[in-house]
Amino acid sequence: MTQTATQAPAPNDPLLEARPENRVWKKFRSHKSAMVGGALVVFFIAIALAAPILPIPDPAATDWGAVRKAPSGENWMGTDEIGRDVMARLIWGAQASLAAGVVSVGIAVLFGVPLGIVAGYFGGWTDAVISRCTEALLAVPFLILAIALAAFMGPSLTNAMIAIGISATPIFIRLTRGQVLSIKEEDYVESARAIGLPTPKILSRYIFPNVLPPILVQATLTIATAIIAEASLSFLGLGQQPPAPSWGSMLNTAKNFLNQAPWMAMWPGLSIFFVVLGFNLLGDGLRDALDPREH
Amino acid sequence: MALRFRGQSNDVVDHVSLEAKSGEVLCIVGESGCGKSVTAMALMGLLPQESSIISSGNLRVGEDIFDLTRDTLPRVMRGSRIAMIFQEPMTSLNPAFRIGDQICEAIIQHSGATRPEARARAEDMLQRVGIANPSQRLFEYPHQLSGGMRQRVMIAMALANDPQVLIADEPTTALDVTIQAQILDLIRDLRDATRMSTIMITHDLGVVAEIADRITVMYGGQVVEQGPVREVFDNPQHPYTIGLMSAMPGLDRPGERLAIVPGTVPTIANMPKGCRFRTRCAFAAATCAQRPTLSEIAPQHHVACHFAPLEEHIEVTR
Repeated sequence: MTQTATQAPAPNDPLLEARPENRVWKKFRSHKSAMVGGALVVFFIAIALAAPILPIPDPAATDWGAVRKAPSGENWMGTDEIGRDVMARLIWGAQASLAAGVVSVGIAVLFGVPLGIVAGYFGGWTDAVISRCTEALLAVPFLILAIALAAFMGPSLTNAMIAIGISATPIFIRLTRGQVLSIKEEDYVESARAIGLPTPKILSRYIFPNVLPPILVQATLTIATAIIAEASLSFLGLGQQPPAPSWGSMLNTAKNFLNQAPWMAMWPGLSIFFVVLGFNLLGDGLRDALDPREH
Repeated sequence: MALRFRGQSNDVVDHVSLEAKSGEVLCIVGESGCGKSVTAMALMGLLPQESSIISSGNLRVGEDIFDLTRDTLPRVMRGSRIAMIFQEPMTSLNPAFRIGDQICEAIIQHSGATRPEARARAEDMLQRVGIANPSQRLFEYPHQLSGGMRQRVMIAMALANDPQVLIADEPTTALDVTIQAQILDLIRDLRDATRMSTIMITHDLGVVAEIADRITVMYGGQVVEQGPVREVFDNPQHPYTIGLMSAMPGLDRPGERLAIVPGTVPTIANMPKGCRFRTRCAFAAATCAQRPTLSEIAPQHHVACHFAPLEEHIEVTR
């Protein structure tokens, strides 16, 4: 409510002004680092999507006359060990990295959130079974689990995404369950039951929307982790398969030429750094903007 | 109705029987922890099944009788024929949805109305509970409304399906005094208009005097006194009721210290056998180890005390 007090009369329709989405957006906009994070993320998504139409060389085209060329007017970011344009590979690789981040977190949210809601809301045996399985998964370090699963399913980008998604699921189960435990005690859930709404409706309309904000924040932060995990898997040869580029596999080959061609490692490294930074800043900003205590 | 929580040997709600006739307001009074809210929750079938056992009891609404032990109240009944409003209007509305959508949801759930029909009905209900500009308010979120308004919305939502019974669990406790009076007026007007039975839970005897037709005094999960409100106020018979009455501040006695009923309600595990009030009762005697029965001492006026009517047993000095 302090917002309306400190601001001059709102030019917009007062009804629209007070919608939670708009309040959150307003707060998010005033959060500088979140805007920087958002801009970074949007930038990387844009170049990933625009890869097919950008005037760049074929990322898989080799040129034996231009092996490990330093950055120049012709190849802005240099070339790799078999003469492929690093910038082209970087841009196409953004697709693999971002897709890995988004798809794997999508998988984790898709399975983790419903399981967490069920565990938290129903309690008892259901909760015991789901929670013990979650803890078993959490006992294994995230990356080790992802590597094990990816190795088990066979090396490909799709399998890597599934492996990362499964590894990230327990985080969402735990987070959601905890949130549901507190939300289900709220008076409005009780009153929904007093109205006689069926359980599925209470879960979808009363529980889910109110546990969503922390999940959104966790999702953006996990995307960053997932991108690193994909890079790690590709680095180990378990993710994106050659000749298709991904940042992780580019780093993997670049490590052999650190002395002769440092640019091969620098660009994908920087890209990972900035996209992860972007998602982290975005997540922090979202957390602050969605925090109900600060409205 | 009798009810206990798992792992407890004493009934939390013990042989409680309530009746509210059509168009009548029944007030349940008693201090915190005496089983008022739990009784109401049990009636609504809202108690968690894993922790509570209803060992006997049934509920009659109109012609239909429900066995509360076998099954909790069928979900279809909740909100359609028997509705409930809560103490905390600030937290009883879903913050993520517009109030119009929440009212519509309640309507659609029970009537199968289409969305436009439900919306029209919701607008009508908001009008009836005295919210100005209802067509606009429908699109507002709970945080945009004041406490009094939210309680009005809760009432609109509860009454949207024309329930025969309204259970109000301390509906005015969280509101300031002027709003309290408005909400009580509103409930009374709606009761007159719809002829619904209202069961109001409160510990505020001022509220009782204001609105009740009949009053049930509960202590330790048992009914200790029951009767028409005038009769009970003028002639309280159970020592606990007398204690409650004398603990009420009066404008005619400014500066006077309030009388208190010493002690607190024992926890359910420590409930004394026999009369549950005897540990705090000024008149307690050996006979009180026997459970007193609820007997009629005046028309409609029931008391559960061995010494009722008090005048015949004890010399009362006032």
